[in-house]
Amino acid sequence: MIAIALKIALGCVSLAMLLNLWSLLKGPTAPDRILALDTMAINAIAFIMLFGIQGETSVFFEAALLMAMVGFVGTVAYTKFLLRGDIVE
Amino acid sequence: MTPILSTALDALVAFLIVLGGLFALIGSWGLAKLPALMTRLHGPTKATTLGVGAILVASMVWFPLHGGSFSSHELLITLFLFLSAPISANMIAKAYIHRRFRRCSAPEDVESDLPAPPGRGTDWATFGQHADAPADPSVSQNLQGPRQDA
Repeated sequence: MIAIALKIALGCVSLAMLLNLWSLLKGPTAPDRILALDTMAINAIAFIMLFGIQGETSVFFEAALLMAMVGFVGTVAYTKFLLRGDIVE
Repeated sequence: MTPILSTALDALVAFLIVLGGLFALIGSWGLAKLPALMTRLHGPTKATTLGVGAILVASMVWFPLHGGSFSSHELLITLFLFLSAPISANMIAKAYIHRRFRRCSAPEDVESDLPAPPGRGTDWATFGQHADAPADPSVSQNLQGPRQDA
């Protein structure tokens, strides 16, 4: 039961990441691209967690936590750069 | 643990995993399909965050069930995601509004109309006008060229 659910969810998340990649390439403005990158990071967290359940290992937790933090900090840095033209003032 | 309870928990984990995958897909589809950035923000910030939350809860139920010990890592990730998603959405919307009103962005930005600022004689809060302050001509200055202090 869980194996089938994992297959469905991995397919859904892969498709979601492809859609993110498409909207990242499409744009048209810089905030659109930042939003696409942020969503891609969130989808990557879901992907890593699903891999962890599939492989029955818990070593991916740290990777997921790192993805969450780096994705958030990256988004804030990009928007800060757009707003002020500088990241650390 | 009785076999019935174990099967029920397995079914719960499978349901949460499928739900999470579907919500992640719906959020990303909204991001790709909706017409302008202000509407596009809704997909990832709500649907995708909920989907990832469902997958993390599934993992939190699954690992103690299959011999592992309970860990609070998933709870940490969920908490961090739920805290950071509104903040990053707010920052992106702010960057978008500022770029539009400074008229330094591409023409396709101007196609979509922003909703009117709340109240009368006030501007969006991000332009530094207090809600109860009277309207002054510097607002229209703000809408024109690039900012002087940047």
